Amino acid sequence: MTLTIKYFGMTAEGSGKTEESVHSNYSSIAELKKDIINKHPKLEKINFKIAANQTIVNEDYLLSGDEEIALLPPFAGG
Amino acid sequence: MSEKKIKNSLVEGPITPEKIAKSIAHHQVKTNIGAHDIFLGQVRADEIEGKQVVGIDYSAYAEMANKVFDEIREEAFSKFDLTCGHIYHSTGIVKTGELCLFVFTSSKHRQMTFDATRFITEAIKERVPVFGKELFEDGKHVWKVNK
Repeated sequence: MTLTIKYFGMTAEGSGKTEESVHSNYSSIAELKKDIINKHPKLEKINFKIAANQTIVNEDYLLSGDEEIALLPPFAGG
Repeated sequence: MSEKKIKNSLVEGPITPEKIAKSIAHHQVKTNIGAHDIFLGQVRADEIEGKQVVGIDYSAYAEMANKVFDEIREEAFSKFDLTCGHIYHSTGIVKTGELCLFVFTSSKHRQMTFDATRFITEAIKERVPVFGKELFEDGKHVWKVNK
């Protein structure tokens, strides 16, 4: 399974990345999130939501294939 | 199900008054319209910890943002009796005093446009993945969070 992880705003600043690919067999978003925070410890203090394929999901969302995951910090549009 | 082409609501840089004027002019041929309502978001020179904001650098998760803009527009059409509904939001740097959001609704009568504009604007603030870096003159920044 190849996941594309996208970072925006505060999460891009905290990880130093805007996008990366991860090859692994995570079962849930919670598991993936834990690993991402391990890799980018600055993200631990940042409040963000997670979108899978452009829809916001809960941490118990089950990953099923090559999905696009985005770490979305608080919105500031308008 | 056929793939619907999603409109791009993101505009690079500030939204110009000329774009707004042109948009109004384009609706003059639609003579079933009796009322337009417009909301404009403008970048404010907030003072944060003694420093003044000089602009906001907007970034967006473009694919999702356009999808959500489209959903909000569709919801507005199903809730209110609209003839037209348009949304434009800036990405990139918008200086204080410049415009970053343009919501434009049109209907037969005024009430529907007032309600629809408010609905669309509030939904954008809450649901669209747009991020804002508030810039200071000294090159530092803070991240804006919608209240």
